Amino acid sequence: MAFLTTHPDVVPLISYRFGKGATSIDKYLELDGYKSVQKAIAMGPEAIITEMKASGLRGRGGAGFPTGLKWSFVPKQSAKPKYVLVNGDESEPATCKDRLIFEHDPHSVIEGTIIAGLAVGAKMGFIYLRGEYRYLLKIMEKAIDEAYAKGFLGKNIFGSGIDFEAISHTGAGAYEVGEESALMESLEGKRGIPRIRPPFPAVVGLYGGPTIINNAETLATVPHIFRIGGAEYAKLGTERNGGTRLFCLSGHIEKPGVYELPMGYNLKKMIYDVGGGIPGGKKLKAVVPGGSSTPVLLPEEIDIGMDFDQVGKAGSMLGSGGVVMLDETVCMVEFALRTMKFYQHESCGWCIPCREGTDWLKKSLTRLHAGGGVDKDIDNIKYLAENMLGRTFCPLGDAAAMPTIAFVQKFRKEFEDHLDGKGCPYHHSLEHEAVLA
Amino acid sequence: MADVTFTVDGKKLTAPAGTLLIDACRAAGIEIPAFCYYPGLSLQAACRMCVVRVEKMPKLQTACTTAVTEGMVVSTETDETKQARKATIELLLGNHPLDCPVCDAGGECELQDMTFKYGAHESKYVETKQHREEQKWSPVVYFDRPRCILCYRCVRVCGEGMDVWALGVENRGVTSVIAPNEKDHLDCEECGMCIDICPVGALTSGTYRYKTRPWEMNHVGTVCTHCGDGCKTTLGVRPTDDGVEIIRGDNRDKSGINGDFLCIKGRYAFDFANHKDRLTKPLIRQADGKLAPVSWEQALDFAAKKLGEIRDSRGGNAIGVIGSNRTTNEETYLLQKFARTILRTNNVDHHRTADYAAFAAALKGHAGREASLRDFLSARAILLLGNDPTNQHPALAWQVRTNVRHNRARIYVANHAEVKLRRQAKAAVDLPADAYASFVEYLAGKDGGFEANDTSAAFRDAIRQEESLLVAFGSEFRGRDILVLVDFGLSLPNTKFACLGDYANSRGAADMGLLPDLLPGYVPVTAAAHFAEEYGSALPTQPGLDLVQMLDAAGRGDLSALYVVGSNPATRYGIDPSALKNTFLIVQDMFLTETAALADVVFPAANLYEKTGTVTNTYGDLQLVKKAADKSGVRTDFEIIVRLADKLGADPKQLVPFGKGVRADFGQTRGAQSGEADRHAVWLAANHLEPKLSPFDPFAILDEIQRLVPAYDVPRLNLLTGNDEHLKSELVQIDASADRRDLVLPSNDLLYTSGTLGRYSAKLTEVVESHTILMKPAEAAAD
Repeated sequence: MAFLTTHPDVVPLISYRFGKGATSIDKYLELDGYKSVQKAIAMGPEAIITEMKASGLRGRGGAGFPTGLKWSFVPKQSAKPKYVLVNGDESEPATCKDRLIFEHDPHSVIEGTIIAGLAVGAKMGFIYLRGEYRYLLKIMEKAIDEAYAKGFLGKNIFGSGIDFEAISHTGAGAYEVGEESALMESLEGKRGIPRIRPPFPAVVGLYGGPTIINNAETLATVPHIFRIGGAEYAKLGTERNGGTRLFCLSGHIEKPGVYELPMGYNLKKMIYDVGGGIPGGKKLKAVVPGGSSTPVLLPEEIDIGMDFDQVGKAGSMLGSGGVVMLDETVCMVEFALRTMKFYQHESCGWCIPCREGTDWLKKSLTRLHAGGGVDKDIDNIKYLAENMLGRTFCPLGDAAAMPTIAFVQKFRKEFEDHLDGKGCPYHHSLEHEAVLA
Repeated sequence: MADVTFTVDGKKLTAPAGTLLIDACRAAGIEIPAFCYYPGLSLQAACRMCVVRVEKMPKLQTACTTAVTEGMVVSTETDETKQARKATIELLLGNHPLDCPVCDAGGECELQDMTFKYGAHESKYVETKQHREEQKWSPVVYFDRPRCILCYRCVRVCGEGMDVWALGVENRGVTSVIAPNEKDHLDCEECGMCIDICPVGALTSGTYRYKTRPWEMNHVGTVCTHCGDGCKTTLGVRPTDDGVEIIRGDNRDKSGINGDFLCIKGRYAFDFANHKDRLTKPLIRQADGKLAPVSWEQALDFAAKKLGEIRDSRGGNAIGVIGSNRTTNEETYLLQKFARTILRTNNVDHHRTADYAAFAAALKGHAGREASLRDFLSARAILLLGNDPTNQHPALAWQVRTNVRHNRARIYVANHAEVKLRRQAKAAVDLPADAYASFVEYLAGKDGGFEANDTSAAFRDAIRQEESLLVAFGSEFRGRDILVLVDFGLSLPNTKFACLGDYANSRGAADMGLLPDLLPGYVPVTAAAHFAEEYGSALPTQPGLDLVQMLDAAGRGDLSALYVVGSNPATRYGIDPSALKNTFLIVQDMFLTETAALADVVFPAANLYEKTGTVTNTYGDLQLVKKAADKSGVRTDFEIIVRLADKLGADPKQLVPFGKGVRADFGQTRGAQSGEADRHAVWLAANHLEPKLSPFDPFAILDEIQRLVPAYDVPRLNLLTGNDEHLKSELVQIDASADRRDLVLPSNDLLYTSGTLGRYSAKLTEVVESHTILMKPAEAAAD
């Protein structure tokens, strides 16, 4: 469902070259490609990081950590090689933005990677695509080959005397490796299990070297920051939330698709204006604002700006930009179950609370939804989720727990309606399980 | 690192910066629960049991990955942490079979203990538990999958600890399961460390599973009877209708010299004690040429009568005595004393597996230069010449690996074979099998004809730059080669040495004078005056026949009697049975070995697990052996020797100078299973009263050993409480001739073999047979 869509409010910055054939390096160059990296070479590492900090760009993977700050953590001197890692393990349900970038503008990822390398003194970048994106690997590999052919990658890039290599790689199909340290394990050929931190990747990362790891969208944004200037970029968004981002609208929405909108764009407007509202004149029941791991919002909670701080204040998270609309026909127990099925399936199994917790949540929700629920189940589900929250090895446990707690809190009555052997009052309300797929 | 001060549960604590919070707390007596944390192995932070509240941190922190910092304020037992731990246990129990009533680990299970502590008493789930069938991974390792809590201790101890890497994790999420990397079986060293380290009953032992409950056994910490490392093993024993049987061997007492480690032999190879061929009655060869059971009295009378006749008619030189590598120091010492004072012969020897005499002589005047097994855990650099510790000294190999992992010790390996420890080596040199001596000369900068190359040159340079070095050498070195090696080592700044021999008390056999030319403490028989004084009896002063000479003499008809104690030279030395036909042969052993089968009298003997005494490992670490098991009908070698002496008309009090008291209780059987005797002994020793009350009391002999062999005069109390004591000074006090005949014959045991004794272990045999590609031992070893 990654449709190329537009709307008058769209600010085509990251999506500037979408649909214009920029997978070819010549087209990319024609559309201001590889100019930013040359600018960055001229600026030098410190100025690059200053520019990045000025842009107010925050990580697009979900946590929203300021990118410039992250880059500044990498030690200048290092006995081991430094690396730049592109996290293209886009697996958060309802998120399909990186995919468009790889599909339409792979060179922007390469260019962003080189700039990150320049900033921290890394000589090598790895572009890691999720296992299910294997078909995009060809596009990425072609782009890398073209960049090598032009001398933009390899020895002495752009005649600067600086070397930079890039390699692309795919995972084997695990949500867990979207977690940065698990991705490094995976890239090193091991089980995709997160690492103990500290040390953080900026100090000890891939192969033990200091490593910058950023979401693909984050790095694809970098060349545009240098194209228009950090300060200009920051102005596009709200305070402490610079620029634009790709929002992926899905679920019960008239015009699903990926829209590039300024940070802080009003959610209600995003749904009813940009997305064209709920199909069939049905009532909106709930909104998942930033991918399946973010707590659900009620219709009365959606008059907020979509930036990290405002969504946070509303009790949820901006997350990965995957906005899912659920109309009145959706059974929230079934939705909670569908969500938990995902996390149960994707739990890496390393730590007890996530491994066992997601499984018992799935089992309890399955039974509850099917009409086998007993009174204590509802509290048990909440208890389980609450006891996972903050107790797991990595944030995947939180990702499973947070939405579950919100479902029970905000839709308790629906859970209760399933009790006493009644089962689901909605019958197959999710007509397409694929809503979240 | 500098110390930091921090607060835990209101207590001010101090520890070096960087110490893990969990270690700092445990050191201060604050227990923090953990399943996955195991000291010395890599950190996991997977079980989430050790979560604590650290002030200024948003979430609970795992104490196993949090380093202490100045001013840190920690709470370990709050409602929040208790709830977190309780919830974790509830989750673990969700799929756990709760088959505690039949589980091997019931009663010694960390999951049980944690459930007891945190009270996860309510079943929150109604769904069917996830079940998986139990698997047999090897003859000694079984895996009951539903009991597993995925703490990954087994994976780590196998990989990091053993450098075997036989285990991994299969699948992900709730379907994650520990699995052998060889799919359905273990391709490993069968050490059983994974079982030992398992906090629950998921990994169970092929020898012990479903046999009993832990609390129905008594647990006796003693010393393994197999290789020369002398690991402490804890034997689980219980009474049977004919004694006390061993049903489990493990390392529950991690305070031993072996730390966490125990190999297949220490853990499983105790079953020879219950072998169907075990002798329980004395045998005498009858007129028809067949051995037939007789009473102890008859056998002792007969043997003593014949020995006495031969001694009195042909003299002591017509009698030979061959001792054992597995009897205690006291028995070994007693045997040579018996031979020299009662049989009046110096024809005393044993199957030598290393040239300890030459080693002791080389170290004369260099006290403190012999390495303990413990030293391998902390040495900065180790030079390993010859031997294959992985097979022959598994505990040594463990210490080396641990040292490399924890301290980045530098290991240098020079060997003619592809020994596994090369993987740990900083540098390695391939040697021709006959080039060890010339290589040492090369290291010392002399031209010994060694063909050098860049590798050996770099090796030599690195060795010489070491500021301290531990040199361990195998039986490839003998006689003067050892002297050359020690001289080279002493030319370096700070060197210690270890001489690697084969069996539990091979070292003791040499130290205690089971040699034709040397008395205990390597005193030449020509300088026996102070021995004669102590013994109250003159000793023969001419060196006797060595083992090979005795066998030759027997073949010639010049040896009228041969007394073999716990040894099986017939196979190892290729004796033609007819060669002994004119020799009166007495054998005391557990089994009718090839040698015993030729005997005129056979005494059924107890094994090392059925007696008390001391043994010395190959590194010179002295330890107490405690009686764990019992078998009706058999007697200790100690008792048999004393009774033979008695029958020969000798004064037992002179042979065993036990106390003058009147309470002659036959101390060896006194309450030993309950540990009462040990506690009693500790109490007596603490009050300077030693239990020298019986002619069968090994401590009476230990007293004498300590008077005559100064190196053995180590604190007794420490031994009695189950600790090891390194011999405190150099052994050799009086120079002996350096030109001695080289009679070292290594037994070439592998991990799963243990000389003649190993053949009677059904479990070892089963393991050998299950490893189809395993090298079979080249030769049948003695003892």
